[in-house]
Amino acid sequence: MPATKFSPSITSRPVYPGLVSRGAAPSLMVADAEGAEALIDLVERDPAVLDAAHIVYVPAGAPFGARLSALGARLCHEAPSLSAALPRIRAALAEARMGFQLYLAGTEGLIGRVAAEAVSAGLPLDAIQSEHRGSIARRMQCVHCKGITEDVATDPFVCAHCGLTLFVRDHYSRRLGAFQGVCVDAETPGIVPASQEIRP
Amino acid sequence: MTIRFNEETFRDDYTFYNSPQAIRRFPFPFDRDDYMYSVNMEPHAGGPEGSVFERRFDVDEHYVAEMRDRAITLDEDPLRCQSLPHMELAGWDLLELIMTCKAEDYPDLFELRRDGDQWHWINRPLGIEQRFTFLDAGTLPHGPMEYITRQTQGDFAVLDQREGNLWMDAGMVTSQADWSLDFDIGMNFFEWHAPVPKAHEMGIFQRALKFLMNVQQGAPSRRLNWTMTVNPRLDTSPENYHKWGPEKRELTPENVGAKQYLRVELQSFWRLPRSNALAFPIRCYLIALEDLVSVPKWGRRLHRVLRDLPDELAEYKGFAVNRPLIVDYLARFDDGAPTSPGIYPD
Repeated sequence: MPATKFSPSITSRPVYPGLVSRGAAPSLMVADAEGAEALIDLVERDPAVLDAAHIVYVPAGAPFGARLSALGARLCHEAPSLSAALPRIRAALAEARMGFQLYLAGTEGLIGRVAAEAVSAGLPLDAIQSEHRGSIARRMQCVHCKGITEDVATDPFVCAHCGLTLFVRDHYSRRLGAFQGVCVDAETPGIVPASQEIRP
Repeated sequence: MTIRFNEETFRDDYTFYNSPQAIRRFPFPFDRDDYMYSVNMEPHAGGPEGSVFERRFDVDEHYVAEMRDRAITLDEDPLRCQSLPHMELAGWDLLELIMTCKAEDYPDLFELRRDGDQWHWINRPLGIEQRFTFLDAGTLPHGPMEYITRQTQGDFAVLDQREGNLWMDAGMVTSQADWSLDFDIGMNFFEWHAPVPKAHEMGIFQRALKFLMNVQQGAPSRRLNWTMTVNPRLDTSPENYHKWGPEKRELTPENVGAKQYLRVELQSFWRLPRSNALAFPIRCYLIALEDLVSVPKWGRRLHRVLRDLPDELAEYKGFAVNRPLIVDYLARFDDGAPTSPGIYPD
């Protein structure tokens, strides 16, 4: 699956320009599902990128685990979920030195969550690269209850925490790693537009 | 100069009102009969006697009630006041700025005595007397920004300046025109303005950012911004949109004059001395249409501005659904006579 092309949007909406090798600098590579293919493509373009790489992969049912571990990175860890992998990711970020690179590939939820962890750990923005592959489902913060709903594929959707029906905005917080969801029937309770699939 | 503070509410029974003097000094935001975005900055260096521009941090008849309303909002949602860890020094800068300005501009209401870093603050309207050590947060009941902005009308964004941009890294936001500090904290100037239509393409934000990054100590600037709000509600936050949203649909031709308010923000911009941060107070003034039209020039002009406003702006400002009702009401106060330049009553 090739890198996703998103339609133009507002300036807070993140863009994912694609991964570019920064050579053999120590790095952490985090991917989920089809994001593995972005890492495989990156290594194909510049094998040196693997020399000091630590890969964390969340397959989410995708079949790329074996190919990824066969690449020969310094470390390659497969995790059952991103939440399960976060302690390991935080530890790697806490040890990062000047020049450390973070490569993120896969869904917006994964990219957003790990990028937010990295920024709060003090990694500069220009050390974080990303490439979108796979599902275009979004990670949404409910502006009302503050709960995060993962993998939102429709607009509007129901907040997994407070149950309000929320519309999907393009306004995005890097600190939260999430888009903003706002009550769609606030002015006319109960009148909710038909749910549509989110498009890139 | 003595101010009688109104006994009033900004929620539930909405007993808010403007006295005749408050109507007369209302900061009407339109200096002509049409409106489009602009970087409408001017020096914040006083203004006509009695106007809201006269003093650096205007204190008016709504002060005590607004502070009570802020406390209620903060009790319900403490995330309305946040400060990223590197912003504490800017909070002290802001506290010093407000305390010194208020003590100088309203000596009968506020008093500040300083002996080195031992400070003694007296706020008579709110009945507060506080001795504390400047730059020692442990000596105040809240962080410095929260402490002083619980005693100052208007929302406050405190912006860090770095990497050629301004970053919204702290704020006290309880009377906002539908934006979330909790969501926007940490964003840069372009990111937090991202949802505003048209203005990016017009280059407004690039020019505004350049201007703001060059604001100097002792030379604050100001501008007016505006929107429309049903009922005199300060907390028109996205957090509570599902609670106040239904009120927007309660307008009728009979009640529009009393329930529909013009909401004006007096925004000012202050360079802070120690942190080099930029303080950005956003002071909200509300006026019911039926009070506004008591100034004939304002009734005529608001009718023309709202009638001719581009749809996108009415949509963004959240009153597109009520625009026909509002324009019909205001048309009754527009006899087609020419209006004089400037914002003040004739």
